[in-house]
Amino acid sequence: MRPFTYERPDATREALKAAAAHAAPPGEGRIRAPAHYLAGGTNLLDLMKIGVAHPSALINIGPLHTEHGRIEASVEGLALGALVRMAEAQEHPAILRDYPVIAQTLQLAANQQLRNMASLAGNVLQRTRCNYFRDPSWRACNKREPGTGCAALEGNNRHLAVLGVSDHCIAHYPGDFANALAALGADVSILALDGTARRIPFEELHRLPGDTPHVETALQPGELITGFHVPAGPWTRRSLYVKVRDRESFAFATASAAVALHIEAGEVREARIGLGGLAAKPWRAREAEAALRGRRLDEHTAQEAAEVAFCGAVTHSENGFKPELGRRTLVRALLQAAEMEA
Amino acid sequence: MEITLKVNGTERHLAVDVRTTLLDALREHLDLTGTKKGCDLGQCGACTVLMDGRRVLSCFTLAVAAQGAEVTTIEGLATEDGPLHPMQQAFLEQDAYQCGYCTPGQILSAIACVEEGHARTDDEIREYMSGNLCRCAAYPKIVAAIQQAKPQMERA
Repeated sequence: MRPFTYERPDATREALKAAAAHAAPPGEGRIRAPAHYLAGGTNLLDLMKIGVAHPSALINIGPLHTEHGRIEASVEGLALGALVRMAEAQEHPAILRDYPVIAQTLQLAANQQLRNMASLAGNVLQRTRCNYFRDPSWRACNKREPGTGCAALEGNNRHLAVLGVSDHCIAHYPGDFANALAALGADVSILALDGTARRIPFEELHRLPGDTPHVETALQPGELITGFHVPAGPWTRRSLYVKVRDRESFAFATASAAVALHIEAGEVREARIGLGGLAAKPWRAREAEAALRGRRLDEHTAQEAAEVAFCGAVTHSENGFKPELGRRTLVRALLQAAEMEA
Repeated sequence: MEITLKVNGTERHLAVDVRTTLLDALREHLDLTGTKKGCDLGQCGACTVLMDGRRVLSCFTLAVAAQGAEVTTIEGLATEDGPLHPMQQAFLEQDAYQCGYCTPGQILSAIACVEEGHARTDDEIREYMSGNLCRCAAYPKIVAAIQQAKPQMERA
């Protein structure tokens, strides 16, 4: 680990001021940003130890939990503070009852120690598990070192993405919770360095790799996520998360589906679908949602929706199985959600 | 830099490099070597300690950021001449280890597992103990030890 300076601001304003003192030029990827906010540290310290991240300054925002650690459920929806710990949200009564898909994405992620540490915003911003990104002894990684190429294209890519990829990067977004946020049409609140607040659709937070895979989010240097807002809707109670992985617990998704359904008189009024482990960013399958609207949900229509969801899939040497695994995962999630009492 | 940690009820002052993890501070600076360094990358659970009652990984916690929290390590569970913690006793009686390297982390994780209310069934114990790997595969006996200690902890 390389040396860094350490600051522990007592208030959000102070944190932004500290970040402003180290601001990077706009457009730089976060890996190369000189200052990083430290919350739970479960991803950042990992990346620092393996030599992928080397910030020159850490700004510990953990103590700001009092400002950004609240969970509030109302008729409008669910507000989640950025520094709520995963373990705090995974068993919150209102989330369990009204947003089961959110609770499940958290319960099925990582393990209890990590969930006790990790913040929701840090979880959302976790980096890909692509082996070539995580091992600097491989020179070619456009995400880690822009312009060096992509060793994964013809390498070990079994876990990597089939949706939203480019010729420059096929890294997958590895998280779970973000897929529920994408499916449910959440917003994310962001503070700029000068304290200006903005709120954008969660789907716009992560960017597709294109030819700049090192720029992963819409966040400008020093910007701070303060919370997430999940709108209420008649589909949130009939919702669940199916996660398929290589071992039964404490493993990243090989394929996963977050679904929420509003079914009335036997017909799908609204379907919300997020896919995980399969895409370059938290993925909302809007075409699959549209394919279900106004129809009965059965094996046939679920299969049709799943076909639509993966019609743009691009596979590489070792991940040709993923579109079919993704389709089956989505079909299973849809049929299970249809069976729920909601 | 100078920091103050509260470990097993005692305030300890130490001088560390800012990069020092809580794990290394405990082992190398405070001579509390019961907390084990396994992978040092958050994947094995051997370094599990309690911070303010919550189980966390000390390898992913900077010592400087652990200031202000109550840290409990395996050394803090029982006094030298007092009785063992029910979970320690249960691990002994169930023979819930072979090499013992993962055991301090297993025991602290197991105590938290019971206190969180995540030890209602064998399946739930397995799920909520999944962050503690055991290369000797003593898993069935670890589950049995937790089942044994749970009613004693709940009575206490």
